Amino acid sequence: MTLLICVFAAIIATVKWYKRKDDTLMLGIPCILFWGASLMWLGDAIFGYAEDGAAFFEPEAAEMLNDAYLGLSVVALGLILWLAILLIKDPKGIVKASLKKKAEQ
Amino acid sequence: MACFLVSTAEAIVVTVAAKIVKNKEMSEESLKLEKNAETEIKQEKKLPWSKKLMILAYLLWGGAFLLCYEHIWHGEVVPWFPFLTAMNDPGDTAEMLHEMGTIGVTMAVIVTVVWAVMMIVADKIMSRPEKEPEKAAA
Repeated sequence: MTLLICVFAAIIATVKWYKRKDDTLMLGIPCILFWGASLMWLGDAIFGYAEDGAAFFEPEAAEMLNDAYLGLSVVALGLILWLAILLIKDPKGIVKASLKKKAEQ
Repeated sequence: MACFLVSTAEAIVVTVAAKIVKNKEMSEESLKLEKNAETEIKQEKKLPWSKKLMILAYLLWGGAFLLCYEHIWHGEVVPWFPFLTAMNDPGDTAEMLHEMGTIGVTMAVIVTVVWAVMMIVADKIMSRPEKEPEKAAA
């Protein structure tokens, strides 16, 4: 479930990156972040499947819920990291302009 | 248990390698500029190796960061020494090392292989002739 949620986040980020008009939103960051994690969880899933066989695809409801909760919090953490980098790098200079305006007030 | 540490180690090595390659490329570029100041410098139709390596480093860092969070979630990584709960018991430590050698290495290999394929495709895309604006719009 975590892998699935992360893959969907990676696909959405990639589509948004492809449709971007400029790079001011730094959409490459969430793409790389979520694809990197998805590929690593794929490795984990391969071993899980090798160990459990078909049972790997039939998790307990409680386990699935916990994994979904983890997947969503992973996506939230990835998005927070992207937002933090975006605000610090400030490619459009919006944060700097806003801070300057505050200082002048 | 600590499979993300293998990717983290690879990420450190790749990041250092990318920095070294970038410095080398920059010195080569300045040498070319000095030698061919009057002649037109041939445009490279490939991504520079430093950029390629940085893409791999970002993939590894990003994945390792989110996997580290997963390990914190599962209580396998803690904010106090020795940081990995498996280090408290020799049996768990052996299991952790086995997991690093199997799952951890597989994760790093998958990311590296996918990156290699991506870079081959990227070079092919970059060597395509430029599209005309009318054709691109259609």
